[in-house]
Amino acid sequence: MEFLFYMGDVFTPINFGLLLLGTIGGLILGATPGLSPTMTVALMIPFTFKLEPQQGLILLGAAYTSTVAGGAVSAILLKIPGAPANIATTLDGHTMAQNGQGAKALQLSFIASAIGGLFGVFLLIFLTPVLATWALAFGPSELFWLAILGVTVIGTLDSSSVVKGLLSGCIGLWLATIGFDDIMGAQRFIFHPALGGGINVIPALIGLFAIPQVISMFAKGRANVDAEIITVQRHPIGAAFREIFNRKRALGIGTAVGSIIGLIPGVGGQIAGLVAYDQSKKMSPEADKFGTGHPEGVIAAESANNAMVGPSLVPLLTLSIPGSPTAAVLLGGLLIHGIFPGPALFTQYPQVVWPFINSMLIGQILMCVFGLMIAGWAANVARVPRAVMAAVVLGLAVFGSYSVQNSMGDVYVMASLGLAMHFLERFGFSAAPLVLGLILGPIAEANFMQGAMIANATVGQMTYFFTGWLNWLLIVIVIASISYSVWMELRQRRYTTKEDASA
Amino acid sequence: MSDLPRTQHIIASGAIAAIGMTVAYISYTQEPAGAFVFPRLIATVFAVLAIWTFAKAVLGRTKVGQGLSGSDMRNLLPGLIVTLVYAFWAAKELGFYTATTIAFFILLTLYDPAPHNAPKTWIKRVLITAGFMAVMYGLFAMLLNVFTPREIFS
Repeated sequence: MEFLFYMGDVFTPINFGLLLLGTIGGLILGATPGLSPTMTVALMIPFTFKLEPQQGLILLGAAYTSTVAGGAVSAILLKIPGAPANIATTLDGHTMAQNGQGAKALQLSFIASAIGGLFGVFLLIFLTPVLATWALAFGPSELFWLAILGVTVIGTLDSSSVVKGLLSGCIGLWLATIGFDDIMGAQRFIFHPALGGGINVIPALIGLFAIPQVISMFAKGRANVDAEIITVQRHPIGAAFREIFNRKRALGIGTAVGSIIGLIPGVGGQIAGLVAYDQSKKMSPEADKFGTGHPEGVIAAESANNAMVGPSLVPLLTLSIPGSPTAAVLLGGLLIHGIFPGPALFTQYPQVVWPFINSMLIGQILMCVFGLMIAGWAANVARVPRAVMAAVVLGLAVFGSYSVQNSMGDVYVMASLGLAMHFLERFGFSAAPLVLGLILGPIAEANFMQGAMIANATVGQMTYFFTGWLNWLLIVIVIASISYSVWMELRQRRYTTKEDASA
Repeated sequence: MSDLPRTQHIIASGAIAAIGMTVAYISYTQEPAGAFVFPRLIATVFAVLAIWTFAKAVLGRTKVGQGLSGSDMRNLLPGLIVTLVYAFWAAKELGFYTATTIAFFILLTLYDPAPHNAPKTWIKRVLITAGFMAVMYGLFAMLLNVFTPREIFS
């Protein structure tokens, strides 16, 4: 119950103000199609430089939580998911809005998000310290395999092609080696003076997530945003609460599925929402109503995608392995404040971690309250012309990456990586494993080198890295995730080929 | 094979394979070798996967990635040029605020669907640009105290 001891820290004027700012800003930005939670959090990092670590993390955590929930607004009112996590919400949410139940759908989505989110954060509160103690068993070899596991799982599960996903991860790991070697001080892959200090994670994150979006907006040309915003009629909030509690099964399934999926590195909110929707449909006696504007569809999808937010931070805070791209961005936010997550985090920085986690708890309630208040208005941000959005994001990306170290080199790195990523994405590569490789590369290398030195002095490298139950467990998970993804890809291909043949 | 011409996949994966092999070559030849132990490990996997991807592209077995269509390229090219000039030249040479104002206004003009011949459109664009720059100045210069290159104003 240590978290209760730090609860008061959330309510200091600055911390609470930042929590409000992050929540309201996140809701509005989340409702904007094209601004994903990851990109929003990445663009916000430069604004945390001047803040205390505790304050910076509160702002980023609030933005993360509320952008996921805010995405439901455009999913319901415009049939455009604000983020991939809201795809399942469009299935019933938009139909409800078309049937004149837009306000009800929004209320259900925010209440379900808050309940799912609260459960997820409680899971984070109670699981993290336990896992942190357990994580003390990890030595250099296990941490090396864990870093490889992080890249592999996201590379295989988050990509449409296993080989391209793994290749993206390798590119990220290679980019992480650019600069001066920590042990010998030797130059590695410094092709341009801007790379002398290596690739700074923050400009890289901004470039990899923001610039491809900007270019994608350019690619759509001068076309009008023709999204029709459905008018929201009033609906009593009490009735929405009653509806939620009458549909406990959907809420329970969504919350449970989201929490479990959140704990698995690499499986994001999109999967959580879709799996919860699917399971809720299968277990519902009204399965035939799904897709026709059934409230359970909205409740299951939205409770799941917010329930996964808390658990997705468990591997980050205990093992310093980000479980999702947004968690990777949050890791960047921790690192710039000199905080390195891991087993010792809760003993070294309790005054930072607990207020951050507590703020996510309070943030869920604020998100629900403000979400209900501004939902109808927030949908109007979708009317903002793409040209304005693209130019704003580009300007923020350039200023944000420069402000990290007051260096033009960071702007060049941000722009180069962003442009390259846009074209890589067009050929089936994905940013998430690349980012994970970039972030986990230094962890993998430091532990690999440390492990190699221990191994050379003791049992030899093969024995050191390939024996011990924990090493084996991690190696087996790496192999299993690759094998599962290859199997899924082959199955999908066979299915597509059969469909093509019968067409 | 997707609708995308095979040559696009071959060029893209060929470029990545070339980078992979260059990285592997540097990792195996550069001194001191001790500093390249981990990069060698990564570069080997990188090169193998890149060559595999390239071979699949050459054999026409690439399944994912929609590539670049002609219309997409035509649409994005002006914006891409503005972005490149802004990030790699203008921001430093003209100063951040001047360059951002110009780039922002040009991008609005290029991609705003509103008609160019209506005076109201231009007033709106000027106001949006001015508003954005005021917010950026407030955030970065006044709140965060970021000293950006001023160049022509220095």
